[in-house]
Amino acid sequence: MRRAAVLGTGQTDHRTRRTDVSMAGLCREAIDRALADAGTDWSQIDAVVLGKAPDLFEGVMMPELFLAQAIGAAGKPLLRVHTAGSVGGATAIVATSLIRAGVHRRVLAVAFEKQSESNAMWALSIQPPFTAPIGAGAGGYFAPHIRSYIRRFDAPSHIGALVAVKDRRNGALNPHAHLRQPEITLESVQASPMLWDPIRYDETCPSSDGACAIVLGDQAAAESCDRQVAWIRATAMRTEPTFYSGKDHVNPRAGFEAAQALWTVAGIKDPLAEIDTAELYVPFSWFEPMWLENVGFVGPGEGWKLVESGETRIGGTLPVNPSGGVLCSNPIGASGLLRFAEAAMQVMGRAGEHQVAGASTALGHAYGGGSQFFSMWVVGRTP
Amino acid sequence: MNTVAVIGFAQSNQSLTTSGVETLVPVFEEALRDAGLGRREIDFWCSGSSDYLAGRAFSFVNAVDAIGAVPPISESHVEMDAAWALYEAYLKILTGEAETALVYGFGKASAGDLHRVLALQLDPYTVAPLWPDAVSIAALQARLALEAGLFTERDMAAVAARGSGGDVEEMLGHPYISDPLRNHDVARVDDGAAAVVLAGGDRVGRQRDRPAWISGIAHRIDPQGLGERDLTTVPSAALAAADAGLDDCPVALHAPFTHQELLLRRALSISDMLPTGGNAMFSAGLSRIGAAATEIMSGRARRAAGHATSGPALQQNLVCVMEAA
Repeated sequence: MRRAAVLGTGQTDHRTRRTDVSMAGLCREAIDRALADAGTDWSQIDAVVLGKAPDLFEGVMMPELFLAQAIGAAGKPLLRVHTAGSVGGATAIVATSLIRAGVHRRVLAVAFEKQSESNAMWALSIQPPFTAPIGAGAGGYFAPHIRSYIRRFDAPSHIGALVAVKDRRNGALNPHAHLRQPEITLESVQASPMLWDPIRYDETCPSSDGACAIVLGDQAAAESCDRQVAWIRATAMRTEPTFYSGKDHVNPRAGFEAAQALWTVAGIKDPLAEIDTAELYVPFSWFEPMWLENVGFVGPGEGWKLVESGETRIGGTLPVNPSGGVLCSNPIGASGLLRFAEAAMQVMGRAGEHQVAGASTALGHAYGGGSQFFSMWVVGRTP
Repeated sequence: MNTVAVIGFAQSNQSLTTSGVETLVPVFEEALRDAGLGRREIDFWCSGSSDYLAGRAFSFVNAVDAIGAVPPISESHVEMDAAWALYEAYLKILTGEAETALVYGFGKASAGDLHRVLALQLDPYTVAPLWPDAVSIAALQARLALEAGLFTERDMAAVAARGSGGDVEEMLGHPYISDPLRNHDVARVDDGAAAVVLAGGDRVGRQRDRPAWISGIAHRIDPQGLGERDLTTVPSAALAAADAGLDDCPVALHAPFTHQELLLRRALSISDMLPTGGNAMFSAGLSRIGAAATEIMSGRARRAAGHATSGPALQQNLVCVMEAA
């Protein structure tokens, strides 16, 4: 298969409300940084792929249409991806396909969410006819799955808080992070209000305005870069229904199978030994141990033990979310692309203060819907 | 060298609910039967639909229930007409990651006031707050073309009469609904769904004696701002057609308004038009590709093309050219 690589990445300074910029301005902040990081300019971009979560989050139908000029797509091919929460990852993977199919040399992938333009809770609460109401919001939807994980494996109750402390402290090392809390402690997390038992306020993601962009290139484009690129060693996407007989929300089959396909293509036999850092999509703290098991870093019931041992901190065996992850910044449509971009930044050696020393192989991961859409990639310093 | 081909097609002119499930199940069955494939033999699924059409977030999620995605499948979705989903699936086969793909689009425009909903595609800061509906935007474009002398209202009526068999003089006696557009200038808005089955390489010949090989497929977008481009030209369609290698073959055009067909015929230099149905949102473009492929698969044509458009005033366009082996 043709090779493809990340040539550069860019992201906005994520905040609750970026009222200083329009949607176009938000996207351009990330895109301009990505083009500069890739050492390229608009004249070299052959096509644009835009991803975001539901259009109702901004109140604009297919916003890529009015954004076409601002995101540099006018006169070029533009694709708009929407695969729920996994969309940021899917956006990167579709852009990778454009390179690997041999159609284009350099492709810009951009994903954004500007939640302050509308009301995401309203957008998620519209009751379609002929469907049973859940009326729980995302936290209420996922909390029972977490309780099921805790009961199934007899996990101690402080594991979620440990993840929150780690991610928020990591976020303090990331200048773009929305939440930067260097002073956070296990005790302060455990003292924060209970929102959806067992998820406390400090264990849940914020609502953010933000965007992320990456420039992808083919082998020739990558080899003409002066700086280190992130070679895309494998990508995988899998989907399953929201509900079906035998669905396991704790360890979804689609996530497991996506990861297995990913490791096979990347030639990785022992993920825990061979992956240097992972950016996992963790909107609620307890999803870190759950995804560690689902993607196969450890066996069932072993995820919480890896967290408790401290091995997922920067400096540990497998640093997870050194950027602070979704727990620190959650511009929904961009959150998956941020995971993919942060994984690339690590192997490019351009992660700044949250750099994992010597990282040469990294995982980017995203999921969406009712734990049913999964997208992942492995990037490395070498092809 | 041609490596990807259309090997099956099916469509429906109804959509029972906004989720698409009830409509898609029989459409999938028919398209797979046409391609000689079982559902488990599909390596990649890709769809196009719209949350705003359905009036809810994540509207495509339920449609997955029509597939039977247990065990899990490789799948993706674009918030576009499914013609662009076909493009994504075409890429997936070119990369070698899939040998077969099923592409589908669906929409139930009758669930809302479509032409008002489409106003939400416009710039949300400066244009959409004025709520210019889609017919009014199209009327601005038609007025500019008429005043430029590109064609007449009679020419527009003749486009409608070709499909309806109506009398042009009688049609011109009808009142405007949005000057200079009359009722017959607006394509019938359908509910609907469509599915196209693709295959690559050796698999094509094993499935079908006379597949429709994709010899070229390309798409482009123009700036949206109504004052940012000459609305009487369609540069994105012309560029896509040139890239796809479109020549004087029969074309199934996706034109939501009569004057837009005339603008597209000028931009693409085409004269041989395949008959097309109504404007089924988010599957109409895919259906045009399916209809053109059917011309080849049935032996009626050696070469044919399908076209899709999206956005206000023909902003985004895709052209897919197919041929017999």
